Amino acid sequence: MNAKLIIGLAVSAALASISLSAQAGNTAGGLDAKTAEIVKRDFRDKGIAKATRVNQDELQAMCSKYVDKLPAKIKTRLEAEQTDAIKWPADGKYMGDWKAGEKLAQSGRGMTWSDKAEEPAGGNCYNCHQLSSKEIAFGTIGPSLLNFGKIRGNTEANQRYTYSRIYNAKAVNACANMPRFGHMGILSEAQIKDLVALLLDPESPVNK
Amino acid sequence: MNTSNVKKLIPLLVLATSCAATAAENEISDSDRIAQYREMISDGNPADFDEMRGEELWKTVAGPKQATLEKCDLGKGAGVVKGVYTELPRYFKDTGKVQDLESRLLTCMTTLQGIPEEEITAKPFASDKKASDISSLATYVVGQSKGIKMAVSTKHPQAKEAYEIGKRIFNYRAGPYDFACSTCHATSNVRIRMQDLPNLNVRKDAQTAYASWPAYRVSQGLTRSFQWRLNDCFRQQRFPEPKFASEATVALTMFLAVSANGGEYAGPGLKR
Repeated sequence: MNAKLIIGLAVSAALASISLSAQAGNTAGGLDAKTAEIVKRDFRDKGIAKATRVNQDELQAMCSKYVDKLPAKIKTRLEAEQTDAIKWPADGKYMGDWKAGEKLAQSGRGMTWSDKAEEPAGGNCYNCHQLSSKEIAFGTIGPSLLNFGKIRGNTEANQRYTYSRIYNAKAVNACANMPRFGHMGILSEAQIKDLVALLLDPESPVNK
Repeated sequence: MNTSNVKKLIPLLVLATSCAATAAENEISDSDRIAQYREMISDGNPADFDEMRGEELWKTVAGPKQATLEKCDLGKGAGVVKGVYTELPRYFKDTGKVQDLESRLLTCMTTLQGIPEEEITAKPFASDKKASDISSLATYVVGQSKGIKMAVSTKHPQAKEAYEIGKRIFNYRAGPYDFACSTCHATSNVRIRMQDLPNLNVRKDAQTAYASWPAYRVSQGLTRSFQWRLNDCFRQQRFPEPKFASEATVALTMFLAVSANGGEYAGPGLKR
């Protein structure tokens, strides 16, 4: 093979890749890439909300791309990865104080650019779920959790399951609406335990 | 707006103030309070003040070039405001961009009046109980589209692309909570606490929601623009701040406006 031929091949390969990328602008993949580019350029730091927050992890990117309807293979893999990443309580206990949990469940604060870094985030629970029968201002994006413990039972297996759902809801359903409170560092281990107690403690207003 | 309208608004303001006081005393529900408030001001809306302010600004010389905005082309020719909002965002040949109302007003203020862009974008929204010029101008312009059907076109390839990108931004999940616009606005008949949420993938919901912005927010005592509405959504999504009039916000607006096509524009609206 002579030098001229090599150069000729290289040029035509380069040309082909240029025309391919021009076409890519109109395909779904090209538009996804362009969207990511625009989003990365058009958002900026404000307060505690840094511009880097628009960078997606694989789960966020996949759920966006497939509009929350993942191909089965990807869904299974992502859910397994999320499950493996759950950090279980070192003391093997899952239940905290339901009263602290109720306070946490009421608070919708946390992680917006108008929140302060030093103020701990709330659980945001009532924004989307019914919990205590006494609270009528509850949202309906998530299922009702009224009588959650009464229905499911306060067994250790259920405590562990409940802890995992709050820690990382995506371990069970990769594109769930619910935030990954433990996985993303929104709530501490102790706070998650308090919420488990709110849901499962027989004395909690959720089960009364 | 003429002087008889101004006179009409004075008793309205008195009523609005006394209404707020009564509501606080009786501890009636938010939706009742809004319904009562809406009825009281069915003859007008505090946003009318902002509309008047915007009209004044439109016709007053300003900036280093000492010009009015009466030669501003919002899509239907220089100076035309009637009905323009129902066809925005659209592709503009002179800038080579798809622009929404606020980004287009920004173009007019910088080119016709010579006001530096940074001066406008530093504080583009009403704050500290004070309106911003660009936001009042937007309120004035949208008021001239009341009762006209939304008819935003995606014929131009760039307009079509903006729509497609906007749709993707609507579904773009990110941040510590993994939220996208679609997390709250792609399911019917759900709410956050007591606040009903429109499903923006359903035409009727999208039409009603889009047609009611910009709006006077009773709780804030300010008229809020559409760019502000998107900005506050992203705040609650736990996202960083979208840059004012950026391509991302215009694309998202394009997606939402097209979803609202066919609906009668009804703003400026009135919200809790």
